[in-house]
Amino acid sequence: MQALTQKSKPVSREPMSLMEKIYLPAVLKGMSITFSHMFKKKPTVRYPEETRPFSPVFRGLHVLNRDEEGRENCTACGLCAVACPAEAITMEAAERKEGEEHLYREEKYAARYEINMLRCIFCGLCEEACPKDAIYLSETFAPASFARKELVYAKNDLLIPNPKTEPEAFAKAKGLKPIK
Amino acid sequence: MNLLAFDWALLIEKLVLIAIIITISLVVAMYATYGERKVAAWMQDRVGPNRAGPFGILQPLADGMKLFFKEEIIPNSSNKFLFILGPCLAMLTAMMTSAIIPWGSELRIGDRVISLQIADINIGILYVFGVVSMGVYGIMIGGWASNNKFSLMAALRGASQVISYELAMGISLIALLMLTGSLSLKTITEQQMAPGHYWNVLYQPLGFLIFFVCALAECNRAPFDLSEAESELNMGYHQEYSSMKLGFFLFSEYINMFISSVIMATLFFGGYDIPFIDESKYNPNLMAWLGVGALMVKALIFIFVFMWIRWTLPRFRYDQLMNLGWKALIPLALINMVITAVVILKYFN
Repeated sequence: MQALTQKSKPVSREPMSLMEKIYLPAVLKGMSITFSHMFKKKPTVRYPEETRPFSPVFRGLHVLNRDEEGRENCTACGLCAVACPAEAITMEAAERKEGEEHLYREEKYAARYEINMLRCIFCGLCEEACPKDAIYLSETFAPASFARKELVYAKNDLLIPNPKTEPEAFAKAKGLKPIK
Repeated sequence: MNLLAFDWALLIEKLVLIAIIITISLVVAMYATYGERKVAAWMQDRVGPNRAGPFGILQPLADGMKLFFKEEIIPNSSNKFLFILGPCLAMLTAMMTSAIIPWGSELRIGDRVISLQIADINIGILYVFGVVSMGVYGIMIGGWASNNKFSLMAALRGASQVISYELAMGISLIALLMLTGSLSLKTITEQQMAPGHYWNVLYQPLGFLIFFVCALAECNRAPFDLSEAESELNMGYHQEYSSMKLGFFLFSEYINMFISSVIMATLFFGGYDIPFIDESKYNPNLMAWLGVGALMVKALIFIFVFMWIRWTLPRFRYDQLMNLGWKALIPLALINMVITAVVILKYFN
């Protein structure tokens, strides 16, 4: 019969020789192998204390960006929602009122902005689609949760801390080194 | 008034000794579970339990607590009395053997000489064999009372294994007994300590090897853990057990391992003898304590070897197990016995 793959290895079906029948040489050989493994370097990453470094292009949780004066970048144009293949993004637009210039950069802003993390596939297409540099994917994981509704992230969960009022939290979220 | 003439201090002394020895066996067994997991992890390039306390040192406590708080399930169709008796017997027989082990020489407090052995009976080894063969009842009764065919089959596997390996174990010991001429463990230890005498393993290397393999089988340890067979063969004789009753079965295995390590150390490796030191030249009390330490170190090394073997070798198939027992170990033990007998008759008589 012709073999289907080249991977099969020939196995000796001969009866065991005396050396093999005593078992002990093979047992000792095996035990020396396991013993040597006791002193090998462990590849384990002790997770909560240690984390594996992510590559700079890692696509994690979304962050809604602010400009350097702490104003929200998002104008609720909806391009991210259109680009999203998983249909995870929902938003409602609103018009900026008089006196809200320090909150929103342009006349239109997102009054409601939600990303359903259960639907999101972290493809990063929203980041690519955004003309205002308002949404980008950070290097953090989406944490686990016991309730579905807790995994629909609202604007408050997504917005980056204000660089004016909370510069340290902002730097941390940005992944920048703290400014001294 | 015979009652008043009784040495009450002896009773108290023995009770204290029993309490200490049982506590030590339990603690060692408890930490053997931790050690088992650590050794397994290291041999597989893992870290092992390290969350509960520093280096995971509290892990056995957490495990025990978990087992205590689990729901107790007794199957409807089981024989309830025997179902509970099974783990009790397993635990009882595991603990009983520790009574005749000489844990150290003698302590002198004032005028009193306290022997660090609960009972120095002159048929020590026979007692060990008697108790060990009772251990299989725990498995058998537990497996049968579950009223589950898989449990019963696993129990039968275990029982047949223990019975066939007991034979080879006994025969390998006969050769040792011909050498020592005594069944008392204390005498055997003292013979090995005597100047000019070496440890029995040097006189009986094959006997030790057979005894060791049989001890693995008697303790139901891998590669002979057919009665348990965790990941295959439907779990084993304690399939229907839950909560602390399961814990007792698992725990008795570790106690058995500890006790058989101590017995092997006593029979073949000089017991509480400290190698290369003549104990009689130093302070006897200090030497007694160091001797206990030496015995413990030897036992711990054996426990490590038990674990080492478990995480190296795959499990024997049932027919291979029977072949090894009946066609290899028993003839070897017989040959060993005959050779020993001939040598003793010819040269030492």
